[in-house]
Amino acid sequence: MDSNLRREIIVDNYQNPTNKKTIDDKEFITASTISDSCIDNITLFVKFKDNVIEDIYFDGEACAITTSATSIMIKKLIGKTIDEAEELMNNYYNMIDEKEYSEEELGELNAYNEIYKQPNRKKCAIFPFETLKKAIEKYKMHN
Amino acid sequence: MNREDFPMLKNDLIYFDNGATTLKPQCVINEITNYYENYSANAHRGDYDISRKVDELYEKTRDDVKEFINANKREEIIFTKGTTESMNMIIFGFMKNYLQKDDEVLITKTEHASNVLPWYTLEKEIGIKVKFIPLEDYEVTIDNVKKSINNKTKVISLAWVTNTIGDLRPIKEITKVAHDNNILMVVDGAQSVPHFKTDVLDTDIDFLAFSAHKMLGPTGVGVLYGKKDYLEQMLPLNYGGGMNSFFESDKSLEYKPLPYRLEAGTMNISGILGFRKALSYLNKIGMDKITNYEHELKDYLVKRLREIDNIEVYNENTKSGIVLFNIKNIFSEDTSQFLNHYHVCVRAGNHCAKMVKDELIIKNTCRISLYFYNTKEEIDKFINIMKGNKDIFKVII
Ligand SMILES: Cc1ncc(COP(=O)(O)O)c(C=O)c1O
Repeated sequence: MDSNLRREIIVDNYQNPTNKKTIDDKEFITASTISDSCIDNITLFVKFKDNVIEDIYFDGEACAITTSATSIMIKKLIGKTIDEAEELMNNYYNMIDEKEYSEEELGELNAYNEIYKQPNRKKCAIFPFETLKKAIEKYKMHN
Repeated sequence: MNREDFPMLKNDLIYFDNGATTLKPQCVINEITNYYENYSANAHRGDYDISRKVDELYEKTRDDVKEFINANKREEIIFTKGTTESMNMIIFGFMKNYLQKDDEVLITKTEHASNVLPWYTLEKEIGIKVKFIPLEDYEVTIDNVKKSINNKTKVISLAWVTNTIGDLRPIKEITKVAHDNNILMVVDGAQSVPHFKTDVLDTDIDFLAFSAHKMLGPTGVGVLYGKKDYLEQMLPLNYGGGMNSFFESDKSLEYKPLPYRLEAGTMNISGILGFRKALSYLNKIGMDKITNYEHELKDYLVKRLREIDNIEVYNENTKSGIVLFNIKNIFSEDTSQFLNHYHVCVRAGNHCAKMVKDELIIKNTCRISLYFYNTKEEIDKFINIMKGNKDIFKVII
């Protein structure tokens, strides 16, 4: 990906993130992650129905990479089944870990395809996905 | 000053994270190597020359620490692996027996985890109550200390200087108030002992904990100071070799006197010997000179940061080498990544005092913590880099 385009995607999603607000509604499952280094801190609010992710919001304070990745993840995953979401996540983790992956499926998430060059930022790029996994687990436990 | 003595400074690096750990001068590094190359024996064991030499240097270090903090007796100096271990020994080795259910301990929300979590644990274990002295502009005032005391208060436990805001507490005055009310005074000196002259006699504090690695010394070495009467009552957290005089199969035993009773097992000998060199290095420069120079550097840094429009500084007036700042509307970690790109090391986050975010309106900040080898030239370079912060995303993404 061209570095200007990459920057544009990340900065745009950082400054105008998708669905950033706290949801106080029992239909939403919440999951939070606070980073080990005591910095980034986000909470996801996820609404599932019949194994489909109907809606996601998030709130918290985090760096440009984490915030933008959360925003893009939300756009990509709303409307997907849990299976589809897990497949997309696998694909994304493969990219982050420099393994084989399918570029097409990832869309804007391709903006993080060179994050391996900054090892201390990898954790930022997977932060929202780690949090989403917790929400999915909670949903599966209760259904 | 003295930059030529620090091998790390030969790298292309601006090191502004001295609150986390400091760099080591060549003499400390050499002493550690010297131990391993020339008299690598255990302490308090052998009857041969090199072991006696180790004993001698080990105990000399204790004497030097005693002088450094102006303690009364050498038995009052116990080596540990750092502030954290010293605090745990104070709280679980002494306070656990000294305190009773419903006794109150006063701390603040800007303490380091090592002065919070052991207390929380003791609260669960024996039912003491941990309370917070309210802060004013993030600082502890004598008035608020007095207001927080009641007849259940038995301990006040505070950092002399906090690692978060870098505020300096009036420890001598607080100790006076504490003692007037039969309260013990525990002090976390991790961020103070490296930066100004410590006098445990003059302040009359009851316990002090600090780490060698934050004052030019090796990692894995720390000090527990306690008044002798209290250390006599302290139970070891570790039992084993080096701390007993004898033990028999009929279970009879005798422990060694202080300080050895509290130093079980083989200690970090190379580190402790290296620490001695760190102390003499600091003494040679002079602690007062270090303090004054650090204040001068901080004032200069704050003044220069004010030149940049979009920078906020949160603790201009605290008396230490710690400066907290943010670029407006930029997350602190992004700023530290930006600076990292230019090999400037600063810390981002809430600096392990997770409760401060209740007190500080701003949750996350970048922290610069200075030491005497930092210079105005480094600050100038840093300021020039910061002036280019409009392009931060071009640099970090
Ligand atoms: C105020 C304060 N207390 C305690 C500690 C813990 O020191 P150590 O990690 O050396 O045990 C630190 C270190 O960051 C500190 O800044």
